[in-house]
Amino acid sequence: MTTTTVDSPPKTTKTSGRKILGIGAKHLVILVAGLIMVAPFIWMLLTSFKGLPQLLQDPLSLLPKPWVFTNFADAWNALPFARAYFNSIYITVLIVAGTLLTTTMAAYGFARIPFKGSRALFVVFLAMQMVPKQVTLVPFYFLMAKIGWIDSHLALIVPAVMVNPFGVFLARQFIMSVPIELEEAAMIDGASRWRIYWQVILPTIRPGMGALAIITALDAWNSFLLPLILLNSTDLFTVPLLLSQFQGQYGGMNYGLVMAATAVSVVPMLIAFLVGQRQIINSLATSGLGGR
Amino acid sequence: MSAAAIRPAPPTAAPPARKSWRAGDRRWGMLFVAPQAIGMLLFTLIPFVFAFVLAFTEWNGFGLPRYIGFDNFRDQLTSPLLGRSIINTLIIAVITVPIGLFLAILVATALNKIKGRPFYMVLFFTPVVTSTVAIALIWQQILRPDGVLSDFMSRTLGIPQIDWLGDPRLALLAVCAVTIWSSMGLNIVIFMAGLQNVSPSVLEAAAIDGAGPVSRFFKVILPLLSPIIFYQSVVAFISSLQTFDLVFILVKNAGPDNATRTIVYHIYDLGFAKSQFGISSAASIILLLLTLLITALQFAAQKRFVHYEG
Repeated sequence: MTTTTVDSPPKTTKTSGRKILGIGAKHLVILVAGLIMVAPFIWMLLTSFKGLPQLLQDPLSLLPKPWVFTNFADAWNALPFARAYFNSIYITVLIVAGTLLTTTMAAYGFARIPFKGSRALFVVFLAMQMVPKQVTLVPFYFLMAKIGWIDSHLALIVPAVMVNPFGVFLARQFIMSVPIELEEAAMIDGASRWRIYWQVILPTIRPGMGALAIITALDAWNSFLLPLILLNSTDLFTVPLLLSQFQGQYGGMNYGLVMAATAVSVVPMLIAFLVGQRQIINSLATSGLGGR
Repeated sequence: MSAAAIRPAPPTAAPPARKSWRAGDRRWGMLFVAPQAIGMLLFTLIPFVFAFVLAFTEWNGFGLPRYIGFDNFRDQLTSPLLGRSIINTLIIAVITVPIGLFLAILVATALNKIKGRPFYMVLFFTPVVTSTVAIALIWQQILRPDGVLSDFMSRTLGIPQIDWLGDPRLALLAVCAVTIWSSMGLNIVIFMAGLQNVSPSVLEAAAIDGAGPVSRFFKVILPLLSPIIFYQSVVAFISSLQTFDLVFILVKNAGPDNATRTIVYHIYDLGFAKSQFGISSAASIILLLLTLLITALQFAAQKRFVHYEG
């Protein structure tokens, strides 16, 4: 008995000591890697407070000296950022709301209501998901021109809402896991298909649809190529498109100004991310990738 | 194949309660699917067919397209610019996919069952939620010849300032590095989800058999993750074939001497900068064929390298 108590402590301390060392090494590696991930953002924030003399003389210095606050006002006034924010927010909200409605509707149709040609249509959805969006870029542009939607937000909103095969698949997965008995009970009560969809299916799949909402919002907010070719008036620009103009016009010596503009476009999103980080990370993990 | 897989159960299997529904149901089904189906037809299928038609024409956007047969394809397949774009795009894919996925698996393995994971995840995920335009602008300033990285290297290593984005040999590598950096978070969460399914008992068994952390990683974790690695490599490869935002902003219009010109940039340049819409469409068809070819190759390779349990 005494031998065991004498024997075992050194053994356990040895292994746990090793373990602690291993865990410590892990933390160190992850922390260094994690710092590489956020260092450019920290650098962006610090640089946006720097004045031109400091940028020229000492690009390596970490902290602003002196702290210059005018970059933000200059950036904000140089281009219509407030307008771009308004545009991006309302476009994103409409795309997310519309996408949730049309994809869950289509998913319910495909999953639970057999109709002639349903399978063939679904196969078309599957196949077209393989086609990169850029393949149809030129014809899409001329289609928008034909409809008269060039330099109009409709060209960004309507197609995004009406074409989202990935969203349809995702919603279909969730709907297929809804017990059919729930629907049957509603049917016996005489509910119409629309009422079943609205009052039985939608509430049941709501948690899963949060993931689709987040992925759709990220894509809509960060979209660049389509706004670039479809919008001409600065007043209609989205945040990323407006920011890209900033580089074209002001990307000279005073990059503190460029970083201030970038910070203005990035920081609100980062705050939104920090608030909802759990849901956002989980959404992207559970649903794989939203085609980016 | 997929049509057979989703063939419905025979109609007799339908519950009796649904029978009374049948008549009106067909209409409901079409009604529910209609918005997405119409959108698919109008905004994807019709432009898709039109892309094939335009690829055989000469058109500057005004008047009527003029049919010229395979001339656009002949022009493009012998075009040094397209060759350059394809090679650059493939280099980006071949560098970023293996390195990016490998680093992500390493970090995901380290993050698995560690304290403070949510905090670390926020660090890795920050670039994922940031727009590529902002990312490109930040890195553009960091990589300036008179910027922070160049200055740091010249002070510590005593080498002259490096123009990362202005040097044709370095610009493409810079694009690759930023791509790996910005897609890390997404790859990590996907592998972490995969690691949840690797049972600890398997790892313990390997440890008892004397496998160290390195051989456990290569001999146990990697094979068990291989289905996810495969899936993610297909997705990452396809998305790197579509690289545009980054080269458009970071390296300012595909960089010095077209050093970072990608296929999508090529399509954009021909169509929207030069108004050669026929040739641009032909290039986009080539992008489509390349995407399909590479995906087919990856699925063929899957049979050899991917380990499926059970």
